[in-house]
Amino acid sequence: MKLTENLMLKNGLILGIFALLCTGLVALVNGMTKDTIYQQQQQQLKSTLTQVIPDDFHNNDLVNACVWVNSPELLGSKEDLPAYIAKQDNQPVAIAIEAIAPDGYNGEIKLIVGIDNNNQLLGVRTLTHQETPGLGDKIELRKSDWVTTFTNIQWTTNDNTWAVKKDGGKFDQFTGATITPRAYVKAINNAVNFVVQNRKGLYQSGRKCGENHE
Amino acid sequence: MSKYPEIAKQGLWNNNPGLVQLLGLCPLLAVTATLTNALGLGLATLLVLVGSNILVSLVRDFVPKEIRIPVFVMIIATLVTCVQLLINAYAYGLYLSLGIFLPLIVTNCVIIGRAEAFASRNSLAHSAFDGLMMGIGFTLVLVVLGGMREIIGQGTLFAGADLLLGEWAASLTIHVWQVDNAFLLAILPPGAFIAMGLLIALKNVIDQKIEQAAPKPEASTVTRARITKVS
Repeated sequence: MKLTENLMLKNGLILGIFALLCTGLVALVNGMTKDTIYQQQQQQLKSTLTQVIPDDFHNNDLVNACVWVNSPELLGSKEDLPAYIAKQDNQPVAIAIEAIAPDGYNGEIKLIVGIDNNNQLLGVRTLTHQETPGLGDKIELRKSDWVTTFTNIQWTTNDNTWAVKKDGGKFDQFTGATITPRAYVKAINNAVNFVVQNRKGLYQSGRKCGENHE
Repeated sequence: MSKYPEIAKQGLWNNNPGLVQLLGLCPLLAVTATLTNALGLGLATLLVLVGSNILVSLVRDFVPKEIRIPVFVMIIATLVTCVQLLINAYAYGLYLSLGIFLPLIVTNCVIIGRAEAFASRNSLAHSAFDGLMMGIGFTLVLVVLGGMREIIGQGTLFAGADLLLGEWAASLTIHVWQVDNAFLLAILPPGAFIAMGLLIALKNVIDQKIEQAAPKPEASTVTRARITKVS
């Protein structure tokens, strides 16, 4: 009886020591890589933002000009999503807003849309998606330049042609996939709609994000 | 005398983790749509495998056999987390494209399998070498599979190599042929199973050929052995 107790105690101790050592190692590596990872994420974000709002458009630090937005019906998510406000000499000139197309072929498609004050699209990029490789994934710039067709498109309220060609609209769908581009086009429309309805409030919003990145 | 050639042969061919042990099929099939991803995951697995074999071999005398499995699992999980953090920091693009399969290396049975079957019973050097050979064996299968599927599916090789190796590697991408529409079967999981099956079949054919060719040299060694015995 005493023997098994001793054995259990010893084994428990050994396990504890290993847990401590392992956690210590992970903590060490985490501490070493934390700053680099943060920089990488910021850099990634910056390069995405540059693609949806050109650099010569604004002169503020876009990455840190971030506010939270929320609109389940227009932005496709109950969660807060970030939006980035571009300013030229402290005057808001454009906004890059993240939106979700909830009705992709294979779940949600997360995208980011840049819009200027005249409701012109400055750029659209896909952030994350799980669309079918080879068909629906042409929404990635790496696979196809389809998303660039939205650059410099003028948006107007209740535009019937804001749809894929198959639905009588002006945007090409790509071969083999209709659902993906349809969801995508709709999500852009909703996002712009949201910005148009809330532009003033967004530009003055105090719900800042990005300051406490961790 | 030396165990090394035997260990190498086991890892690379006779007991190859991908083709013979059929371990770690989940990443094997999911990530091999492109050569770059396959190579990235292969190298990450290799790193973890060598590290875990080394650590397990180092601690093998201190760990009672009742609790060896939890200790091994802890070691492996720690290593995978570290590798994940490092890839996140220094190969961010690859981190994004490997996604969930990076942390899932923890569940790759090759690693716990080698820890239990080899590293916990062998010396440090042998274990490290075994990890290296098993890792290379696994990586090779991933790479061949990734290459096959990428060429057939997308008509390219090394697409997105810059994610793994840095900006300069963008020029490595080879356009083998032009496809307007990707050949879906090769890219989707069923294609992975088919390609994997073909690879295993190919290995078996080669093994058979070797076996058929083998009797001759074996016979000659036997006679020579007898001669030495007589003398």
